[in-house]
Amino acid sequence: MAELGHDATSYAPPREQPEMELPHSHSWWTTYVFSQDAKTIAIQYSVTAISVGLFAMFLSIMIRLQLGFPNTFSLIDPSSYLQYVTMHGMIMVVYLLTALFLGGFGNYFIPLMIGARDMAFPYLNMLSFWFYFVSVLVLMASFFVPGGPTGAGWTLYPPQLISEGTPGIHGGVIFMMVSLGIFIIGFTMGGLNYIVTILQYRTRGMTLMRMPLTIWGIFLATMLALLAFPALLVAALMVLLDHLAGTSFFMPTMFSMGEQLPHEGGSPLLFQHLFWFFGHPEVYIVALPAFGVVSDILATHARRNIFGYRMMVWALVAIGGLSFVVWAHHMYVSGMNPYFGFLFATTTLIIAVPTAIKVYNWVLTLWHGNIRLELPMLFAIGFIFTFINGGMSGLFLGNVTVDVPLADTYFVVGHFHMVMALAPVMTIYAAIYHWYPKITGRMLHEGMGKIHFWVTFVGAYAIFYPMHYLGLAGVPRRYFAYGETSPFIGESVQHLNAFITVAAVLVAAAQLLFIYNLIRSRKHGKEAGPNPWNATTLEWQTEHTPPTHGNFGKELPVVYRWPYDYSVPGAKYDFIPQNVPPEEVEMADEGAVRT
Amino acid sequence: MAESASQETPPPGFTGMISDWSSDQTTFKGAGWGKPMMWLFILSDIFIFGVFLLGYMSARLATPDPWPDAAEVFALTMFGVQVPLLLIAIMTFILISSSGTMALAVKYGYERNRKICGRLILATATLGAIFVGMQVFEWTILIMDGVRPWANPWGASQFGATFFLITGFHGTHVTIGVIALLYMYRKVMRGDLDDGRPGAITGRKGRWEMVEILGLYWHFVDLVWVFIFAFFYLW
Repeated sequence: MAELGHDATSYAPPREQPEMELPHSHSWWTTYVFSQDAKTIAIQYSVTAISVGLFAMFLSIMIRLQLGFPNTFSLIDPSSYLQYVTMHGMIMVVYLLTALFLGGFGNYFIPLMIGARDMAFPYLNMLSFWFYFVSVLVLMASFFVPGGPTGAGWTLYPPQLISEGTPGIHGGVIFMMVSLGIFIIGFTMGGLNYIVTILQYRTRGMTLMRMPLTIWGIFLATMLALLAFPALLVAALMVLLDHLAGTSFFMPTMFSMGEQLPHEGGSPLLFQHLFWFFGHPEVYIVALPAFGVVSDILATHARRNIFGYRMMVWALVAIGGLSFVVWAHHMYVSGMNPYFGFLFATTTLIIAVPTAIKVYNWVLTLWHGNIRLELPMLFAIGFIFTFINGGMSGLFLGNVTVDVPLADTYFVVGHFHMVMALAPVMTIYAAIYHWYPKITGRMLHEGMGKIHFWVTFVGAYAIFYPMHYLGLAGVPRRYFAYGETSPFIGESVQHLNAFITVAAVLVAAAQLLFIYNLIRSRKHGKEAGPNPWNATTLEWQTEHTPPTHGNFGKELPVVYRWPYDYSVPGAKYDFIPQNVPPEEVEMADEGAVRT
Repeated sequence: MAESASQETPPPGFTGMISDWSSDQTTFKGAGWGKPMMWLFILSDIFIFGVFLLGYMSARLATPDPWPDAAEVFALTMFGVQVPLLLIAIMTFILISSSGTMALAVKYGYERNRKICGRLILATATLGAIFVGMQVFEWTILIMDGVRPWANPWGASQFGATFFLITGFHGTHVTIGVIALLYMYRKVMRGDLDDGRPGAITGRKGRWEMVEILGLYWHFVDLVWVFIFAFFYLW
C-alpha cells in the first residue's frame, strides 16, 4: 500500500525535448533591466502595474472627494473630473489588472508551476515588458499634453470621444489610442509565450490535467486576450483615423456647436460592438486567473483537495468560450436591434451555470476542511463574498427589462466594482500574501496584513454596497454634479455619498499600509523557508528560495500526482508535493495521523 | 508498456489527438516551440483581419451613400481599352506564385539544400516586393483619381477609408514578410541554419525549422489577400 493520493501511478516517461536554451545574463543591465529571466520580468511587470494602479487609486479618491463634498475642492473641475473617471477605469482594467495577472503572475508562475526553466522565447518576453512599460509612459504623458487626457469615459464611445466639448480631444485621445495599441502589441508577445510554454514545456509527468488551477486560469485568460484584443486594436486604429484623417468609420452625420461636421455615414454602434467584443472577454481575462489563484489558495489553506478539479477546469473553459457571445449585454440601451437583447440575455444567464459550479466547488472545498485563517486565506474568502455579491447583481443587469432602468446608474458602478474590481483585487492580495515568501524569501508582516484585510474588506463593502441603493434611487453615473437633476434625487443621497467618500479614503490609506508592508518585509520580514504553507505545487519545491535563473537546479522535477494531495488518509504529513514518487510517500504510524 | 509503444507510432485521428492532449511534456509532439507560436500568432492575426473585414462590411451596409462600382474604380486603361481588375489580377497572381516558391523553399530547406532553398527564398521576397510595388502603383492611381480616406468622386466616403486601411494593413504585413525573408536568405546562404549560429537580435540558435515558420506566416498573408480580394474587388 505505498500508493497514496489521487492518481498516484508511477508514470514518468523519458524526456521528449532537449534542455531549453537559456540566455544567461552577463552584466548588470541584462540581469536587472533588460533581463530575459521570466521571474525578473514578472517583478518588473508587477512593480509597474502596482505603481500605475496606486496612481489610479489616487484618481478614484479625487472622484470620490468631488462626489462626497461637492464645491469644496476647487482643484477638481468638470473636465478634470471626467478625465479622472476615464483614466481611473482604463488604468485599473487594462494597465493594472490585465498586466498584473498575466504579465506579473503569469511570468512568475507559469515556468515554476509546470516545471520549466523559463518561458519558451525569453527575448520576446522581455520585449513584451518593455512595450508595456512604454505604453504606460505614453498613457501618463497624456496628462501633460494641452487639454489633458481624454475624458470620454473608459469605454471611449465615439462620437462623443472626438467631438468638441469632451476634454482631451486634441492630444489625450491620440495618446490613449497609441498607448492601447502599444499595450496590445506588447501583450501579444507575452501571450504567445505563456500559451506555448504551457503547451510545450511541461516537465515529465505534468499532464494538462495535473496542472494547478492557477495555470489553467492564466492559460485560458491569455487565450481570451489573444482573441479579444484584436477587436480593440482595430477599433483604436479606426478611431484614430476618424480623428486624424477625417474618415467616418464611427462618426455619423452630425451637428456640433451649430456646424455640420465633415463626417457622414459612420456607425457609432459598430464601435460599441467592437469595444465590447473586447470588453466582455476582458472581464474574464481578469476573472479567470483570479478563479485559478483562489482555487489554489483555498485548497492549500484549507488543507483539502479542491472539490471537483475536472469540473473546475471545464467550467473555466466554458466561461471562456461563453464570454465571446455575451458582449452586447453591455449595449441594451444603445439602440441596437431589440432581438439582440433577447439573444444576449440568454447567453449571459447561461454563464451563471459554470460560474455557480465554481462557487459551489470553492465552498465545498472549505467544507470539513482544516481551515487556517492565514492572510492569503482571509483574502481568498473575501473574494468568494465579493464575487457572489457582484454576481448576484449581475443577474439583475443581465436581464433586458431590469437593466434598462438601471443602465448608467450607480447600480452598475456598484455591480462591476464588486465583481470585477474588488474580487480580482482581493485575489491579487491573496496571491501576494501567499507567494511573497517564495519571491523574496521572507513573510509579510501578519499584524499589518490583518489590518489591511479588515479595513479593505469592510471598507469596500461600505463603499460599494450603498452604490446599489444609489442606483435604485436613480443616481446617474459619471456626473460631476447633479445640477438640474437634483429635484429628482433624494436628499439622503448626499449623505450617503459623503459616507462612501470617507470609507474610500480609509480603504486607500490601508492600501498604503500594504505597500509599506511590502517594502519593509523585503528586508525585515520573518525568514520564510522554502515552503511556509506546506503547499504541494512545484514552485514550493525549488532548490533555492527565491528561485535562481533556471528555476530548478540541475534536474527538472518529475511530477507524479495532481497538485491537490492534501490530507491524504494514511500519509504521515498532510500534504504530498507533486514531485514525490508514490514509493517515497511517508506513511503515518499506526493510528497517529499528523495534520 | 503502452506508453512507449504510443510514442513510436502515434494512434491515428481523433484518438491520437486525445492522447496528445492528455500526455505530459508537449501537446504538439515534435513541433518544438516556434511553430505553435507562429500558429497562435496567426490565430490572433486572423481575428484582426476578421474584425477589419467585418468592420468593412458593417460600414458598407450602414452608409446611406452608394458604394463605388469596383469594376469601374479598379479598371486599368491599356491601349485605349478599359480592362477591369487587370492590375489586381496580376497582383494576385504574383502573390499566389510567391506562396509556391515559398513552399518549394521549405521543401529544399528540409532536404538541407542550402543554395536552392536560399534562391527560392530570395525569389519569394522579390515577388513579395513586386506585389508591394504594384500596390503602391495602385494607390497612386486611386489617389490621382481623387480617392481620399475622407471622400471620393463616386460615393460613400467609407470606400476610401476601408480600402486604404485594410489594404494598407495587409501591405504592411507583406512588407514585414519581405524584410524577414531577406534576413532569412542571408542566414540560409551563410549556413547559420546548419551550424546553429545564434541570431543577431534574439540569440536563438539557427534551425532549419525557421524557414518553415516563416513560410507559415507568408502563406497566411497570402490567404488573407484572397479574402481582401474577394471582399473589395469582387463584391
